[in-house]
Amino acid sequence: MIRQTLARAYLALILIFLYAPIIVMAVMSLNASQFYALPFEFSTRWYERLFTNREILSAAWRSVWIALVVATIATTLGTMAALALWRHDFPGKRILQTLLFPPIAIPWLITGTAMLIFFFGIGIGRGTPAVILGHVALALPYVIVTVTARTASFDRALDEAARSLGARPFTIARRVTLPHAAPGIVAGALFAFAVSFDQFVVSYFLAQPGDTTLPVLIYTAIRKGFTPEINAVSTIIIVVSMALMILAARYARFGGTK
Amino acid sequence: MTEVRVEALTKSYGPAKALDDVTLTFPDGGFFGLLGPSGSGKTTLLRAIAGFVTPDRGRILIGDRSVERVPVEDREIGMVFQSYALFPNMTVAENVAFGLEVRRIPAPDRKARVAEALELVRLGDLGGRKPSELSGGQRQRVAMARAIVTRPRVLLLDEPLSALDRALRVEMQIELKRIQREVGITTIFVTHDQEEALTLSDRIGILRDGRLVREGPPRAVYDDPQDAFTARFLGEANVLTGSLEPGGLRLSDSTLLPGVTTASIALRPEGLAFSATPPDTPHRLHVTLKQRIFSGATGTLILDWRGQDLKLTAPERDLKTIPVDATTLWLTWNRADILPLREPV
Repeated sequence: MIRQTLARAYLALILIFLYAPIIVMAVMSLNASQFYALPFEFSTRWYERLFTNREILSAAWRSVWIALVVATIATTLGTMAALALWRHDFPGKRILQTLLFPPIAIPWLITGTAMLIFFFGIGIGRGTPAVILGHVALALPYVIVTVTARTASFDRALDEAARSLGARPFTIARRVTLPHAAPGIVAGALFAFAVSFDQFVVSYFLAQPGDTTLPVLIYTAIRKGFTPEINAVSTIIIVVSMALMILAARYARFGGTK
Repeated sequence: MTEVRVEALTKSYGPAKALDDVTLTFPDGGFFGLLGPSGSGKTTLLRAIAGFVTPDRGRILIGDRSVERVPVEDREIGMVFQSYALFPNMTVAENVAFGLEVRRIPAPDRKARVAEALELVRLGDLGGRKPSELSGGQRQRVAMARAIVTRPRVLLLDEPLSALDRALRVEMQIELKRIQREVGITTIFVTHDQEEALTLSDRIGILRDGRLVREGPPRAVYDDPQDAFTARFLGEANVLTGSLEPGGLRLSDSTLLPGVTTASIALRPEGLAFSATPPDTPHRLHVTLKQRIFSGATGTLILDWRGQDLKLTAPERDLKTIPVDATTLWLTWNRADILPLREPV
């Protein structure tokens, strides 16, 4: 009994630790006072102000469409890469597979700096194309990992069975391989979207001033002076990101049930 | 009319030869069992005929067509895999229809042929199920239907029954044979289960270390294995070796077996008889009783003859007559039960 109670308390503490700041922020985004004054007085004025703030809206829109483009490119490339890694054996495959993972662990600050230097070196410079390229590079390993997790459970005999029945590689991919990999692909796409949409560091380095994404705008706004509008927009971002992650986790079936 | 033939087929993986100069004809409409221990090359041979393995040398003919350079998808084969490899995202009917769709068979025709194939494997009413909703035996039937619905020139079965439990396996053996007879398709199947090979096949081929050791109708091979490996692999065999004399085979205990003209012979465990007293025939050995194994209707005796283990199987009601405290026995056999072996080992 006592052990169970303690375990529950422990779980509660973890959840509080994870979510308390977020909840405070979400609550304050609905508080009328600009200075977090209590008692709490419900108001949607910060959300209203937010939706009339052109700068925030255009940055938000830019974030969304960049994330969509990034998710599309990264998912396509990542899925093709994962399927190729699954299907073929070639010299250097192990090295390539190993090299796909470190980018996840390299601090974004360093990746961002490296990209900035590199993009200037090859003439791309800063701007939205650079941001998209950077985000794709960040998102790609996530897609490859989630798709590979699915293909690992793919019975090679299915591929062979389809061939023995006369199917060409394209038909096999469309009718057999992709349907099996689909949950991994959807999860990968959601991850890619989230990586791009939530990305601050690399965007900060690569975006043109005045042409920024939402996280960069928020950072700039905080430096100028904090307003509860930031709470409001952050709350929206949190809700969107969490929804994406929950969806991705469901598709990728973390937790092991099949 | 599809006879399948491989000629001088050779395939190496590094220094290991998976297939070593195999020449073999699979007769039209026949049920051919390939067997051998694991690593003998039987699966490699099947996969080479399918096209999943590219041989280093040699020819593969399906009908009159030489197919070494033809990709799997153009070889007009049907294949049943050990894991069945049913497409999990498709229903039973969609699985069976897949090969027809790929061949662009028009929908009405396709439907009729799928129904016909499912009827043949007695799954007529399960077309709408997903593979995950079927039992092992039913999956096996779907895999068969899917493999034959395209009317392939040859049907290849890769250990098709190994995933089933024993009772179901026997039932499916009968089914496989029935389906193959009804369709009349040239069938090649791989198994490591010698009993299964004997039950199903019109002809068998025994492989060892990538080489074809023996080929022929099951009964002929069983009754005249010709070499010690085949004798031991197909059924069980007690191999006796001695020196040849003009009068016959002299064994190390100086027993002379008259009329034998090879240095080694094999005796099937079921071909041996026993008695407590010395039998009145030169075909006899004096042995020590090591172990009695009871396994229901038939029993086994493990016997020691000059340091060599010999095996005898007999109906348990005969074995019961041996006194519990017996330590030695006389073994005997009919002259006709001696299987001469060309080479020992």
